[in-house]
Amino acid sequence: MTAITHHVSDELLDAFVTGSLAHPFAVVVAAHLSLCDACRARAEAAEMLGGMLLDRIAPAAVSRGAQDRVMAALDHAPPAPPIAGSGIFPAPVMQALDGRPPKWRMLGGGIRQQILSADADGSLRLLYIPPGRAVPEHSHGGLELTLVLQGSFSDSEGRFGTGDVEIARNDIDHQPIAGPEGPCICLAATDAPLRFRALIPRLLQPLFRI
Amino acid sequence: MQADTANQTDPTLWLLAVRDRRDRAAFLRLFEHFAPRLKAMLMRGGLRDGSAEDVVQDVMLAVWHKAAQFDPHRAEASAWIYRIARNRRIDLARRKPPPEPDVMVEPEGSEPDAAQILALGQEAALLRRALDAMSPDQARVLEQAYFEDLPHSRISEMTGLPLGTIKSRIRLGLQRLRRDLNELRQP
Repeated sequence: MTAITHHVSDELLDAFVTGSLAHPFAVVVAAHLSLCDACRARAEAAEMLGGMLLDRIAPAAVSRGAQDRVMAALDHAPPAPPIAGSGIFPAPVMQALDGRPPKWRMLGGGIRQQILSADADGSLRLLYIPPGRAVPEHSHGGLELTLVLQGSFSDSEGRFGTGDVEIARNDIDHQPIAGPEGPCICLAATDAPLRFRALIPRLLQPLFRI
Repeated sequence: MQADTANQTDPTLWLLAVRDRRDRAAFLRLFEHFAPRLKAMLMRGGLRDGSAEDVVQDVMLAVWHKAAQFDPHRAEASAWIYRIARNRRIDLARRKPPPEPDVMVEPEGSEPDAAQILALGQEAALLRRALDAMSPDQARVLEQAYFEDLPHSRISEMTGLPLGTIKSRIRLGLQRLRRDLNELRQP
């Protein structure tokens, strides 16, 4: 495994830690934290500050009943643990997949996709790109966050290997090309539909739903 | 032993007693300390009195059940409990649990690293001092970010996860935060 060189920004990390990051992006950040010690440590340091603020807040009295109910419930069965990671998919991805392997949908050119969520918060999807293949050139209305789970891709911003995150803002027109070493599998979050530049992919966009 | 724990806060020691011995008396102390603070935090986040108390109960029960995951090399009790409460808040707002990174576990039979725990405590104490030195306005901005902001859409082959490096990096992260707080204080 090569070293991770592209990390999440301080802004994204702080938003993740304080709970204000929209779901699709939070999944990408959580998956990156599973793979990247450096960013996990940054996140845990930011949580220390959250804990200190919690320690300092003026307390609000809690009823005796609440305390009694909690103490009486200690012997109840613990809740099921969250879904764990499996293979190349860290826990946050397996959680988004509901614990099942991905169900790929062919997009043409050997590219496959599974949409994990798509709503007002943005969209989250898994992408499978055969070695050497390019994803159709596109730009975004907002922010696209892409985490490499297997293989690598390159675009105008550089090379992204396993564990790397690309933060693509709306001013970037990019065309990611999968590395030659094998299929590239990515987790990608966007907060606005992608806009493809060429006519055919643009016509296909409703099909892509991305 | 005394020296090893001198830098750990009381809540961290209580949480360790819950983790290692399922100590109910220690859990009660955690409850007495954190439940009123969690309730205040949740009410700051917009919950009403009654629902805030319901969520406090969920969070404290999760503290009891998840205590095995607490790692004093990497967190103080308050930070770990903050994270559980934050996740519960997101869960309630979205009606779906938020994503959680894979749990990192200490290798079987590993001994606590007293030097690391000490250093983390010292770094935390410095950060706490920097926080104490902030103006009320600045502290309020931080509290708003940590207690009130909810998710919004506007934002412009795995191997074992090695623990060695993460421990020292948390301290670096704390240093960064402290530097940021200190810089905020400059006019």
